[in-house]
Amino acid sequence: MSGAVVPFVDIRAEDFDVSAEIARLTSGRADIGAVVTFVGLCRDEGGTLAALELEHYPGMAEDEIARVAAEAVRRWPLTGVTAIHRYGRIAPGGNIVLVVTASAHRAAAFAAGEFLMDYLKTRAPFWKKEHRVDGTSGDWVEAKAEDDAAADRWAARQG
Amino acid sequence: MTKLVYFAWVRERIGKPEEELALPAGVLTVADLARWLAGRGEEYAYAFENPDIVRAAIDKKHVKPDTPVAGAREIAFFPPMTGG
Repeated sequence: MSGAVVPFVDIRAEDFDVSAEIARLTSGRADIGAVVTFVGLCRDEGGTLAALELEHYPGMAEDEIARVAAEAVRRWPLTGVTAIHRYGRIAPGGNIVLVVTASAHRAAAFAAGEFLMDYLKTRAPFWKKEHRVDGTSGDWVEAKAEDDAAADRWAARQG
Repeated sequence: MTKLVYFAWVRERIGKPEEELALPAGVLTVADLARWLAGRGEEYAYAFENPDIVRAAIDKKHVKPDTPVAGAREIAFFPPMTGG
């Protein structure tokens, strides 16, 4: 690795282009052997969901994701890391979150990507509200205990 | 005066996204503040009916219930996060 890896973090309403985000990490260099991408999408929940409304805490959302990304850079030999999280109304099939990790070898890229998603889900201040196809405003999505457990398991191990 | 901000169902239950309040002298910690807020009216009582669930941040950093509120510029209350 040469030079400090500065994570690219963006919190925005607009969609992202996965190919363009991969290119952001790989263009102009030949030392990368692995790029892992994770895209989180909005499900239609069996046809009942019209859209998700994603609320966030501006400023803190950026800070928390940047903190988690910086921790990933400390733990694994990454050449680059990108995390983009959208807010606002997102229809089923639409993109919600993107994590891209690049490294010389795949093990670090896979592990760092999973770490980022596990921590992002429990640390980044975002909340999802359901809008139903029947026109009613549904419930706030409840946090899952297994998300906390998924994040906790990283505390016990080093990379 | 301290700026309080609320998100998701905490915001909906209280009925406003933010407010500026003078915290009384007895409010020393985040848990004290949640208890004091819960006594300000039924909308607040509803938001904090299960205080163990509500999370907090001071100046945009996660904090625990026993964290002191002295010197805080902005205190946020919100449900467990569901991003990603």
